[in-house]
Amino acid sequence: MRIEIKNGNLIDPTAGTQTLSSLYVADGRIAALGRAPDGFRADRIIDASGLAVCPGFVDLAAKLREPGFEYKATLESEMQAAVAGGVTSLVCPPDTDPPLDEPGLVEMLKFRARSLNQARVYPLGALTQGLKGERLTEMAELRDAGCVGYGQADMPIMDNQVLSRALQYAATFGFCVWLRPQDATLGRGGVAHEGEVATRLGLPGIPVCAETVALATILILARETSARVHLCRLSSAAGVELVRQAKREGMAITCDVAATHVHLSEMDIGFFDANCNLVPPLRSLRDRDALRAGLADGTIDAICSDHTPVDDDAKQVPFGEAEPGATGLELLLPLTLKWADETRTPLPDALRKITGDPMRVLGLEMRALRPGAIADLCVFDPQNWWQVEPRALLSQGKNTPFLGLELQGRARYTLVDGTVVFGPAV
Amino acid sequence: MNGNPQLGPDGQLRHLLSIEGLPKEILLQILDTARPFVSVTEREVKKVPLLRGKSIFNLFFEPSTRTRTTFEIAAKRLSADVVNLNIATSSQTKGETLLDTVANLSAMHADMFIVRHAQSGAAHLIARHVGEEVHVINAGDGRHAHPTQALLDMFTIREYKGAFTDLRVAIVGDILHSRVARSEIHALTTLGVPEVRVIGPRTLLPARVSQLGVHVYHDMEEGLRDVDVVMMLRLQSERMNGALLPSAEEFFKYYGLTPEKLAHAKPDAIVMHPGPMNRGVEIESSVADGRQSVILPQVTFGIAVRMAVMSIVAGN
Repeated sequence: MRIEIKNGNLIDPTAGTQTLSSLYVADGRIAALGRAPDGFRADRIIDASGLAVCPGFVDLAAKLREPGFEYKATLESEMQAAVAGGVTSLVCPPDTDPPLDEPGLVEMLKFRARSLNQARVYPLGALTQGLKGERLTEMAELRDAGCVGYGQADMPIMDNQVLSRALQYAATFGFCVWLRPQDATLGRGGVAHEGEVATRLGLPGIPVCAETVALATILILARETSARVHLCRLSSAAGVELVRQAKREGMAITCDVAATHVHLSEMDIGFFDANCNLVPPLRSLRDRDALRAGLADGTIDAICSDHTPVDDDAKQVPFGEAEPGATGLELLLPLTLKWADETRTPLPDALRKITGDPMRVLGLEMRALRPGAIADLCVFDPQNWWQVEPRALLSQGKNTPFLGLELQGRARYTLVDGTVVFGPAV
Repeated sequence: MNGNPQLGPDGQLRHLLSIEGLPKEILLQILDTARPFVSVTEREVKKVPLLRGKSIFNLFFEPSTRTRTTFEIAAKRLSADVVNLNIATSSQTKGETLLDTVANLSAMHADMFIVRHAQSGAAHLIARHVGEEVHVINAGDGRHAHPTQALLDMFTIREYKGAFTDLRVAIVGDILHSRVARSEIHALTTLGVPEVRVIGPRTLLPARVSQLGVHVYHDMEEGLRDVDVVMMLRLQSERMNGALLPSAEEFFKYYGLTPEKLAHAKPDAIVMHPGPMNRGVEIESSVADGRQSVILPQVTFGIAVRMAVMSIVAGN
């Protein structure tokens, strides 16, 4: 399949450039930019006038709910949602049922995902068996099955000796350990940021120290063990500051933030909006601003969707009983663009947070826009306003704090390996 | 989120979910409406026909005797039909969701739901899902709000103190877990009480509580100095021994209301308690039954205030 993407605004986040030009795809790779290679005859021409063309998005956290939670979402529905959002690579956490703690489960997931011919799936293996925080998994075997890292999803390890050894063992092989910093006990019973809004609404709080105590522990142990650590879903100003200091020291750590948390704060809970029941909790405006500052100065490497499809019934309950999480794959692009717009971040720099930077976290080659690169691409309309509503979303999860709002920017075509996996039929 | 979910399009009270966000005028309207109902409850025939033919469902997802009973009496004195449902022991344990329960009862043509639930925000959730003609009154949701309790407390304060604008009020005890305290704070500040104090150990005060417009004290004698009203809170037994408090005895020693501590308040200060009381834990019997106590009148006024709330939300 040879494809000509004509007259688009070619954005190369890694190079930081925007060029009005055409791009030619052949045999799964970018064949040329600007001028067609000799003898190139396109099988399909995509008119990208007025549209942006950039590497496909890389989402560091998308729960696909398979195996085990197919009533919440299926691999089919969520993979469609991914490419509809321009996401061509995604990392899925290990908290499936059963958890991804055995190579067979990982192979099956990879096989199922591959047979759908949509986005690339990079599973995280469980760091401990059954995510119980007691015994290590066979990390090397899991790597051979296709895991790109190991984590605990939202199940913190209570026992610091186990955590320390897990980091040591992972460091033996140079594996990256993905941890969301939340102390197992300090936020116990909590459902919202311990602050003004939780006090007003009478919601049990999760203090900032639940994040910072866990972060300090992880950073100390990572330093001791020389393990590579990726910190997931920072939520607080104090957390950002700890990571900033650690990076300044030269530690081999990376971190991400959820797109929701770049925009929202505890104030958005309003009158108990269960769609704002998220993990980690939405914190104060000051925290949100610190997350934005962390993105700007590179303390935070990537924006992820933290896609968590939740069925409607699990949100139509009182706030504290609601299942946390929000659908996100299809909002990653518009929320990144909204952040760029509000902070006057140049478009290529903003898109780097969902392309080149998360690829670097994965230790994979950046997808630049140059001849020879793998043609994982997204062609999107940066101007298009659309309303976030259930029927506008392909994900089986329809719950998001942004329901009813209008957002700008939508994928028109998504290519994986040089094949159009999302877009209008020819 | 748009607007206040309790108010109808022309600003009238449609549901009573929380005191927060209600204008002073509505609070005063409720207190004024309650005044004549006090005399109704003192008459030989204690009934007025304001809600004749209306069906009121007492939906209690949490056990309660006092609040449920006073709502029931209030509804009956307004001539409504009352159905009591103790859901803690019925369908919820069979796995029916909160909204399914409400939908089923709505299909029986309920006009009003009086809701108590262990989760903050439960009454808001129900109010969002009932039909336009159905009204919801929050009888206590988690730690969030207990608006009718706060209103009857305001009624009591006005009966004994006349006005709100030159008072000093102290709320004492477990503020963290108390829906009563939250609603009282909003009611007092809305009605113009210039100084509201909260008194308690740090473990029982919520984060950033001063943002609610209160002054924080940890020393009870200092906190009670020159106050006009002392509002005590109930300490739940499960909080008495653990990581929040070492023992009921130590709590009583430092935060229990005794005649000696009460002596720091103004001589004519009144003592209130939302009940049920733990004598010897948060309050000494001699104070609870003493000259300054208005705890029993609170209960009596509670019926009149709940009658007022029900008739106002129903559009009378």
